[in-house]
Amino acid sequence: MSQPTILGLSTRTAGAMMAFTAAFTALMAFTYEATHEQIAASANDEKMKLVTEVLASDAYDNTLLDDYVQLGPTRELGLDHGGRVYRARKAGAPAGLLLEATAPDGYSGNIELIVAIRPDGTVNGVRVVAHRETPGLGDYIDPKKDKDKKSPWIGQFAGLSPAAQPLDAWKVKKDGGQINSHAGATISARAVTNAVARAARYAGANRERLFGAATGASL
Amino acid sequence: MDLRAYRDIAWNGWWKQNPGVVQILGMCPTLAITTSIVNAVSLGLATVLVMAMSNLASSLLRNFIPYEIRIPVFILIIAALTTVVDLAMNAYLHSLYLVLGIFIPLIVTNCIVLARIEAFAAKNEPLASTLDGAAMGLGATMVLTVLGAMRELIGNGTLFSGIEMVIPGAHEIQVFGGDYPGFLTFILPPGAFFALGCLIAGRNWLEARRQARARSNPPAPQAPAAPDPTSAEPA
Repeated sequence: MSQPTILGLSTRTAGAMMAFTAAFTALMAFTYEATHEQIAASANDEKMKLVTEVLASDAYDNTLLDDYVQLGPTRELGLDHGGRVYRARKAGAPAGLLLEATAPDGYSGNIELIVAIRPDGTVNGVRVVAHRETPGLGDYIDPKKDKDKKSPWIGQFAGLSPAAQPLDAWKVKKDGGQINSHAGATISARAVTNAVARAARYAGANRERLFGAATGASL
Repeated sequence: MDLRAYRDIAWNGWWKQNPGVVQILGMCPTLAITTSIVNAVSLGLATVLVMAMSNLASSLLRNFIPYEIRIPVFILIIAALTTVVDLAMNAYLHSLYLVLGIFIPLIVTNCIVLARIEAFAAKNEPLASTLDGAAMGLGATMVLTVLGAMRELIGNGTLFSGIEMVIPGAHEIQVFGGDYPGFLTFILPPGAFFALGCLIAGRNWLEARRQARARSNPPAPQAPAAPDPTSAEPA
């Protein structure tokens, strides 16, 4: 058997590599085809689960996740890259706004929130979507990690209303407000509280504009 | 291969060549994800799946893979199968997938997976290779689980937190009651090193005791096992 030439060897191995690549890419493509609908449905379910925690499903009758306006970068909500506002309606009348908001000043980077505001400006509920606060210390802002399961910290926002309490007073107790925070972990609580106050102010100031825009419109 | 050989393969993965505490391979997921039992077991089982499947695939294809390009092909196999597991988990175990996040794709870079293909599956028949992958994966999972349990218990005072993501309706166990103040160091990365150090020490102690006993009872019923060709010392 003669010594293979460099060209012959590289052609042969490249051919083999190509064949393996094609076969395994096909496997991945097949799996993607088989799962992508289920993945989209799971992501939607996950989002709805969070939505249901801040806004009861009998409070509205539209397809909430399809009725949204797209915001560009919005400083009031801390959204550097834009975000969405979902509009809940019952029998066509405004039933609430679901705002994506970011608290940029968490202890460890951004805290992403979803804030539900009733038409009269009252906060209906707040949930943390994503955060990197210290496990066991600042992560009580997420009710899944909050040790107090009966009345989690984030529940304090439900029912806060600008009519009963001026927005300037929505602060943690350490800053002169009325929101409790855990000793030694005020920064996470302060970041969330301030972001909720900003979101409530934004929703109050832009209510007509947000509800009036066409579905899917960019503001 | 007879039954004895299969038993040796399983024993290698579980104890003698355990990836976590003997070979000390694949430390990135071992240290990063073991903040709770549920995370540890989930990532461990995903690793078992990838290891068994990639060992099987590599073993089946071993006579068709040109020797010169075996490493790229092995990596291709691992990456493709990890993608399959990643997509499947995303579709059917979505909330768990959100927790494990970037660690599932990182199975590709877990050197224990490639190490077992190169050291075992490339030279052995499919059944033995699959068993080797699964046994090594389970050995790693065992270490992950014990690490996760230690860190969760000491750091947080709970066991099985997050179980509701896998089994809806199940609840975590508050071992020390709701007032446990927690021990943050064990949840943070340093705790992973402390806990792993204790595990390695414990395994070495058990092994040393076993060998001392074997020495004090000289007429061993079986001939000592031949040196394992795959038991290269970890670098």
